[in-house]
Amino acid sequence: MTRSAAALKTSASVFAALGDETRLSVLGRLSTGTPQSISRLTEGTRLSRQAVTKHLRVLETVGVVRSIRAGRENLFALEPKPLDEARKYLDEVSRQWDDALGRLKAFVED
Amino acid sequence: MSETDRIEKSIELKAPVSRVWRALTNHEEFGAWFRVKLDGPFVLGQVSTGHITYPGYEHLKWTAVVKTMEPERLFSFTWHPYAVDPDKDYSQETPTLVTFTLERIPSGTLLRVVESGFDKIPAGRRAEAFRMNDGGWAEQIKNIAEYLARDA
Repeated sequence: MTRSAAALKTSASVFAALGDETRLSVLGRLSTGTPQSISRLTEGTRLSRQAVTKHLRVLETVGVVRSIRAGRENLFALEPKPLDEARKYLDEVSRQWDDALGRLKAFVED
Repeated sequence: MSETDRIEKSIELKAPVSRVWRALTNHEEFGAWFRVKLDGPFVLGQVSTGHITYPGYEHLKWTAVVKTMEPERLFSFTWHPYAVDPDKDYSQETPTLVTFTLERIPSGTLLRVVESGFDKIPAGRRAEAFRMNDGGWAEQIKNIAEYLARDA
């Protein structure tokens, strides 16, 4: 697989991986920038360790999260680049809608 | 639904709901502000065809399916964003859904637009979008450089 083909595949997987509200909430907790353990990620939530582990593996597989060995424990950290790529695509669509709605406003308010 | 699955916009328009509805659902008026030349009126449940009229993209096809038309309240269609290759068949891809919701407010109309379903777009199609964007920026930089060189 060429580099660009691999990158495209990863990008598609990122969108799919993010299409789950629980996984998004896990990502939200990691977005503070501090690597966190599974125990820490379950604190104050109704999620079981098993559920969090499952979601982290999905996120790790698509490269949005990476694991770091710390003594006897694994810590998990956010990997921003794949998220940045997904965000850039939507930002472009968003900008195009801003342009279109600006034209609509001019059209109906004349 | 996740933040990366959808785009949400809202805009206040100083125009009556009936006026905004006509701008959305009359195919000639829609075409004027959206920049698309449509082959015929929007019909509920049917395919809408035409081509983009945005300068530089006139070769791009428009294909959408009208999903909802609740007069002066809700209009939606599915389409394929960045369907940039006029010879390619995009019909097998899952389209995104664009929904317009109208609400009367004291100053006129509050229009909400949601485009959702980006999770289903194949990766290669997003690359096409990025390339178009990059090309646009490269062209703009070239224009600026030429403009500055003229005054140097």
